[in-house]
Amino acid sequence: MTAAILAASSDDVETLQVVRLRHPWRWVSYAVVAVLVAMLVSSLLTNQNYGWPVVAEYFFSSRILRGLLATLWLTALAMLVGVVLGVVLAVMRLSRNPMLRSVSTAYIWFFRGTPVFVQLLFWGYISALYPRLSLGVPFGPELVAFDTNLLITPVAAAILGLGLNEGAYMGEIVRAGVEAVDKGQVEASQALGMRRTRILRRIVLPQAMRVIVPPMANNTISMLKSTSLVSVLAFPELLYSAQLIYSENFLTVPLLITASIWYLLVTSVLTVGQHYVERYFGRGTAA
Amino acid sequence: MTTIDASAAESGYMVRAKNVHKSFGSLEVLKGITLDVRSGEVMTLLGPSGSGKSTFLRLINHLETLSAGQLSVDGELVGYRRANNKLYELREHEIAAMRARIGMVFQRFNLFPHMTVLQNIMEAPIGVLRQPRDQVRKRAEALLDRVGLADKRDAYPSTLSGGQQQRVAIARALAMEPRLMLFDEPTSALDPELVGEVLEVMKDLARSGMTMVVVTHEIGFAREVADSVVFMDDGVVVEAGTPQEVLVNPQHPRTQNFISKVL
Ligand SMILES: Nc1ncnc2c1ncn2[C@@H]1O[C@H](COP(=O)(O)OP(=O)(O)O)[C@@H](O)[C@H]1O
Ligand SMILES: [Mg+2]
Repeated sequence: MTAAILAASSDDVETLQVVRLRHPWRWVSYAVVAVLVAMLVSSLLTNQNYGWPVVAEYFFSSRILRGLLATLWLTALAMLVGVVLGVVLAVMRLSRNPMLRSVSTAYIWFFRGTPVFVQLLFWGYISALYPRLSLGVPFGPELVAFDTNLLITPVAAAILGLGLNEGAYMGEIVRAGVEAVDKGQVEASQALGMRRTRILRRIVLPQAMRVIVPPMANNTISMLKSTSLVSVLAFPELLYSAQLIYSENFLTVPLLITASIWYLLVTSVLTVGQHYVERYFGRGTAA
Repeated sequence: MTTIDASAAESGYMVRAKNVHKSFGSLEVLKGITLDVRSGEVMTLLGPSGSGKSTFLRLINHLETLSAGQLSVDGELVGYRRANNKLYELREHEIAAMRARIGMVFQRFNLFPHMTVLQNIMEAPIGVLRQPRDQVRKRAEALLDRVGLADKRDAYPSTLSGGQQQRVAIARALAMEPRLMLFDEPTSALDPELVGEVLEVMKDLARSGMTMVVVTHEIGFAREVADSVVFMDDGVVVEAGTPQEVLVNPQHPRTQNFISKVL
């Protein structure tokens, strides 16, 4: 009986006209956004205060480009320190040695719990706290000693400040990634005679990367702009370079726009890069 | 107290367990297991869920540590080195070296998802045994042929069926040229129509003379290729013997009850 009903209705369906679902609000949203974009573009073009000719003039100026370069390598180095430290902290945190676990926990607690701005200042003024740094036997004779100001230059202070802070965040990101890997993967590796470090390097970390990459990319983009904090160390990265220029010519808005466009461009490149890195580490997962 | 001596290997035993106990905290999971597996023997381990079968297999491979008793594989104590009348706990690399010669196949395959089939098989022979890549590749391809998956060498595990994945997992274990193979319910996670292809590979392996300890509910497999059948319940060996003795004429009521349920 059910079959009969189905058969009858399917006969009817073939002859009927299909009415597509309409989306009137979608069209409304297109219209609203189009109007807003038009207003924005018109304002950008007609308001002389933006100073587009000035933006064009300074966009490729050597001081801005040098600042951009400094921002790029400072971001790269600080992230390198942060990622390496993050992996070490995560491994310590997951270790069976309770001392290593505590050290990692304390580190993350401290560096996440204080403003990175203060940490940067601390590294910048460390010579006031410790005028001399020395290597030697604890509480015993010292072997070599350095003038702190020579060892911790503004550049070193910037890398240390940003990298050590980033390490605390990366530590948590890496830990979450490692914990997301199926325990069966470690067992299978152990059963094949693989040792801990090899399992981590060949099996666990490559799989953890799928979980690690999106927040890591997020942090890299965030770092790109956090580098502007090192202006407190008188380090001329992109934003500080722009500030130095407008303190001379008072063209504040155009120079801030110049710097911002560069930040946007670099962020766009990083976002594209993130896509490819995610695709690489996602290999083998069912689409 | 008697200790298992090195002559065990010469006398033809691959695994010797003497009064093996294992507890997790206050939960005693194995309550004195004594059994021997001869070289070349195929033993199947039966028993209800939670009876301690997996735990026993994992002890053989030192994925768990013994609470009490003695366990040796191929004449060597699992987890300890004997010297000067003392037992020294093994270091990680010594344990790893021992595991490298024991193959293990898991219920859930545990293939490495980020590596192709061929990379899965080649990873440990190259990374652990340090064998030359060309030689390992040849052996890996021959093994894939043997398990009937030569055309899948460059596929990622996620694109394979459960049965195919398990056959790759078996090939991966065999690539280490193990002296002993442990199987922990290798067909339990498979759709019924895929069980046969995995059992075929295991039967082929059994006929080739491999020493195997197989935890399974596949009574047919046990009857066809096993030399011995052990029935475990609640952390003890209830009954052990030939397939005929344990499967056809079980003496103990618990065994009878279990067999009647799984048949
Ligand atoms: N790592 C562990 N910690 C605590 N209990 C465990 C652990 N592994 C197994 N068990 C317990 O040991 C018992 C036997 O488990 P298992 O050896 O897996 O049995 P089987 O494989 O026969 O089903 C179960 O009660 C299980 O919950
Ligand atoms: Mg089990």
